[in-house]
Amino acid sequence: MANPIEVLSWVFILSGSIFVIIGGIGLLRLPDFYTRIHAAGITDTLGAWLILLGLMLHEGFSLNAAKLAMLLFFLLATGPLASHALAKAAFLRGLDPLQGRGLVDRHEVDDNA
Amino acid sequence: MTGVFAAATAAIVVCMGLTLIRSIVGPTVFDRILAVNSFGTKTVLLIALIGYLSGRPDFLDLALVYALMNFIGTIAAMKFTRFGDLAGMEDEESEELY
Amino acid sequence: MKHAVALFFLLMSVWLLNSGHYTVLITSFGIASCLLVVWLSRRMGIVDDEALPLHLLPGLPRYLPWIVKEVVKSNLDTSRRILSLGRPDISPRLFDAPTTQHSDLGRVIYANSITLTPGTVSIRVHGTKITVHAIADAVADDLLEGEMDRRVTLLEGETE
Repeated sequence: MANPIEVLSWVFILSGSIFVIIGGIGLLRLPDFYTRIHAAGITDTLGAWLILLGLMLHEGFSLNAAKLAMLLFFLLATGPLASHALAKAAFLRGLDPLQGRGLVDRHEVDDNA
Repeated sequence: MTGVFAAATAAIVVCMGLTLIRSIVGPTVFDRILAVNSFGTKTVLLIALIGYLSGRPDFLDLALVYALMNFIGTIAAMKFTRFGDLAGMEDEESEELY
Repeated sequence: MKHAVALFFLLMSVWLLNSGHYTVLITSFGIASCLLVVWLSRRMGIVDDEALPLHLLPGLPRYLPWIVKEVVKSNLDTSRRILSLGRPDISPRLFDAPTTQHSDLGRVIYANSITLTPGTVSIRVHGTKITVHAIADAVADDLLEGEMDRRVTLLEGETE
């Protein structure tokens, strides 16, 4: 068995992959644009962080680890900005969010009408 | 270790497939841009992971550039769908949401 | 001047970390390009408290761990909602969140923190209110309790 830090980096990378996949599933499964932003947020935050942290642990203390940290910072800085810009653009152009617990039922009503 | 990298790479590729489906079915243009933006984030992770998978961490430089380009690309695509070109400020009221 | 020096050191560290070649010639190119960028930025008048918020540094060690913890928590919560059997367990809601920050920078930090945590997205900032879209009522109520707002105000007001 490898040393504990290596094992920790495996755990991080694999759990990061799981969160990336959950984000992908959410992107397909959620009912409207605004809720899908939340799903994309999972990939952008925890999924990316865990994978990059795992790679940093694997890398140890080196120049490449610093580059990974920079990558982490860029994703941290640009991710929310892009999400916000998209949400604002959609909102200002009149795309109304579905609201309330009965939103799936509203779809069914729409189908009947 | 290679196995872990390979598994993570495979997971990301699968997820990129899911994201592509969303970008194709839409239905609004924002769904598509959101999907493409998310696809870009995954590309960054994929490049980093492939670098380690093939034992060439130099790939990280590409990932860095891609992370920045992805953001600019998203903003540019959004502006383009709004104004029809990247410099002008024409305000068309009758735009297509779908 | 303080900001210009800080900007130079920031740029220089990015340059050094990305370069990996440390000969005299190449490093002097790096120093020259960093000086050029600092000069251009000063000419553009964008080297100030807003572009380089040095006054936030003392508060960061307390804010960052909290926001990371919060992001992890809301990630787990949102994942659970997405993966719930049958239909996704969501009840989306659009609402206005009040803010108590006293500068634009503070509100930007607050809005970005809201967007960073999955489950809430800030849609627009108007005046001192932020329009937020939340994935579920529980998430919205959590935000309206205002702990994040308090912490951002604390971060902003450290040396105000």
